[in-house]
Amino acid sequence: MSTSGNYYIPHKATWPVMATAGLATMLAGFANYLNGSSAGSIMMLIGLAIFIVMVAGWFTLQANESESGMYNTQVGISYRMGMMWFIFSEIMFFAVFFGTLWYTRNLSVPWLGGEGTGAATKEFLWPSYEATWPTNGPKHLVDGKPDGGEFEAMGAWGLPFINTLLLLSSGVTCTWAHHGLLAKNRDQLIKGLIATVGLGFLFVLCQATEYHEAYTEMGLTLGTGIYGSTFFMLTGFHGFHVCVGAIILSVVLFRSWKGHFKPENHFAFEAAAWYWHFVDVVWLGLFIFVYLM
Amino acid sequence: MSAVVAEHDDHHDHSHDDHDHGPAKGWIRWIITTNHKDIGTLYLVFALAMFFVGGMMALVIRAELFEPGLQFVEPQFFNSMTTMHALVMVFGAVMPGFVGLANWMVPMMIGAPDMALPRMNNMSFWLLVAGVLLLASTLFMEGGAPASGWTLYPPLVLQTGKALPFAVFSVHLLGISSIMGAINIIATIFNMRAPGMTLMKMPLFVWTWLITAFLLIAVMPVFAGAVTMLLTDRFFDTSFFNAAGGGDPVLYQHIFWFFGHPEVYIMILPTFGVASTIIPTFARKPLFGYSSMVYATAGIAFLSFIVWAHHMFTVGMPMAGELYFMYATMLIAVPTAVKVFNWTATMWKGSMTFETPMLFSIAFVALFTIGGFTGLMMAIAPSDFQYHDTYFIVAHFHYTLVPASVFMLMAAGYYWLPKWTGHMYNEKIGQLHFWLSAVSVNILFFPQHFLGLAGMPRRIPDYAVQFADWNMISSIGGFMFGFSQLLFLYIVVNTIRGGTGEKVSDEVWEDAHKHSLEWTLSSPPPYHSFTTPPTVIPTEHL
Repeated sequence: MSTSGNYYIPHKATWPVMATAGLATMLAGFANYLNGSSAGSIMMLIGLAIFIVMVAGWFTLQANESESGMYNTQVGISYRMGMMWFIFSEIMFFAVFFGTLWYTRNLSVPWLGGEGTGAATKEFLWPSYEATWPTNGPKHLVDGKPDGGEFEAMGAWGLPFINTLLLLSSGVTCTWAHHGLLAKNRDQLIKGLIATVGLGFLFVLCQATEYHEAYTEMGLTLGTGIYGSTFFMLTGFHGFHVCVGAIILSVVLFRSWKGHFKPENHFAFEAAAWYWHFVDVVWLGLFIFVYLM
Repeated sequence: MSAVVAEHDDHHDHSHDDHDHGPAKGWIRWIITTNHKDIGTLYLVFALAMFFVGGMMALVIRAELFEPGLQFVEPQFFNSMTTMHALVMVFGAVMPGFVGLANWMVPMMIGAPDMALPRMNNMSFWLLVAGVLLLASTLFMEGGAPASGWTLYPPLVLQTGKALPFAVFSVHLLGISSIMGAINIIATIFNMRAPGMTLMKMPLFVWTWLITAFLLIAVMPVFAGAVTMLLTDRFFDTSFFNAAGGGDPVLYQHIFWFFGHPEVYIMILPTFGVASTIIPTFARKPLFGYSSMVYATAGIAFLSFIVWAHHMFTVGMPMAGELYFMYATMLIAVPTAVKVFNWTATMWKGSMTFETPMLFSIAFVALFTIGGFTGLMMAIAPSDFQYHDTYFIVAHFHYTLVPASVFMLMAAGYYWLPKWTGHMYNEKIGQLHFWLSAVSVNILFFPQHFLGLAGMPRRIPDYAVQFADWNMISSIGGFMFGFSQLLFLYIVVNTIRGGTGEKVSDEVWEDAHKHSLEWTLSSPPPYHSFTTPPTVIPTEHL
């Protein structure tokens, strides 16, 4: 297989170093903040600012290069491979937390309740602990009675179900927008993207409401034992990814409005759409394994 | 797939495109470069520097262990040293060393102009530096650097002082760096090969890196997830690794080793690639069993994902788990033996010469095999109850890392320095370096087998007197090995500055151009390797 034209090799890049500086400052600031240093949060904000400027600058540069036709098909393949394997790495990241949920529910919590090799542990440490799910762990038992750390589990059929509908519809509108792009129907492209971004942010809003309810009314927090830990870790990282995906789609929307993208050249749209569908699929996993089961 | 290069500057106004497409002037060149050779050089120099930093930490350990009793350092600091030595060597020296080689060699070996994603390549390197700096900064913090061992097991690691969040974020940065580097290597190999360079014609070094890159993308996020849970357990009240909250500290070990086992193959597969490149050149024979090498590499990579709990035989797993992980682990011996057999068969009846890279490679085949056999011993779960957490395991993995990974990084240095610089290294000093290293590395690590079998635990600053003799010998070997490496530093610097003054040819080693494309380029090669794709693909290595 061979492609015609030139493979674009950029030179003298300044944004990557800035990206590194931003990320490192942000994380060092966060670490200082966690250690209780007052300068930590300021450092974090400075890092974040550098990072935002970098993202804006780097992506503007890429968009301009793309629009001026510097990327041929072969460059496009490199970018697509890059995005594909980036999403794969994200899948592995989520797999850790899904794996944690599986391990605790099927192995370690039953062991705490005396199953398998855990009989002695239960007998000597927490004789009155019953392995059930959801659980906040044996530390919340005093003389066999709950110590007041009661909590309510998050049901599936309220907001989470609405959120499922929201994300699934946003997947449809995203594909509808893509069809518009391919058919050179810019109106459909823009409307589809507006709907997708809107549904995305609506999802985040619902999720925030759900968290608020969990904390204020249900007694469900990060400190609610392994149930609270896995619940917030999985849904929290997912929510963060929805935010990122919605921001990416907003940029794509802005570029569409500016007249960017052609049916044969729209990597940024594709990458954003792939990312969005990935976030969508993760949510389905969450709905089934965190809320339903 | 062909690639004709087009060059442009990143400067925002394209009005003053400078038409000289060489590197930027002065030191700024190294900060903003997107060139695969520049970035490869940065990685290699950084790895060499970290090799000496990690090496000094090892010498602190060996000095303390020279005699029983506490000599030089506090136990807490000693444990910080074992932890930091491992992290620096793994993430700062060995991995970046091989990424540096990949940067330099992969585009040249497949006939590409550069890496597929040059800007991201730059970011991978600088994130690595940031990550290692963040890690190194913990040495100066209240409570000291992490002292839990490089595995960072909870609950012990959660007792770390101010260093904990820095160590966690350092792992995140190193992870992002590795993932970006790996994505770049995959995109380069799949998308940038010269016409006619089919997958099964690629030099084995390229193959091993392709497979390593998949391992990196699959497991670095897993490590990132594990340390994220450490962070939330410490600072955000979660209970992932706390049984009182319904979690399980053993879960961390499972996640860590799901990362950790592929991780050790991330360090050894490119090692195999370098050996498979050097041995045929100096045996003057094609590599024996090329396709079986490819399949063996893939097989080892696959197995690395399903054997992790052999690091945890004594943790209290159900019997079924012990048996499964024992048998699955022993399977690894099969593809690994295929490789050792192939290297030996490549040398069989070859017209061998023994230049420094070849000496290191032969030592690698012999000494790595020792490390492999001790691995097999520990794979046997009931025996491992005796070896677990003793110096036997220290001896085992150092045999697979030092006379294997580190030796082959140095062999690669000797092999390709003439190509990179256009100068010949000093063969006499090179061979002196080899013999000093090969002898001292055995004085250093072989006695640790005896110590471990006799029951000396790892990660302790003091020990019972019956372990004194072998520890003393091991420490002497350690200092010999450490100081011998100054010769390597001297040779590298000397070669860059002109070496022997002898002008090297393009192919440097006899008939090397028949094996691989980099030897068809000039020495040193042009700033952009193949601006037009090569037309003849070497197939001698097949």
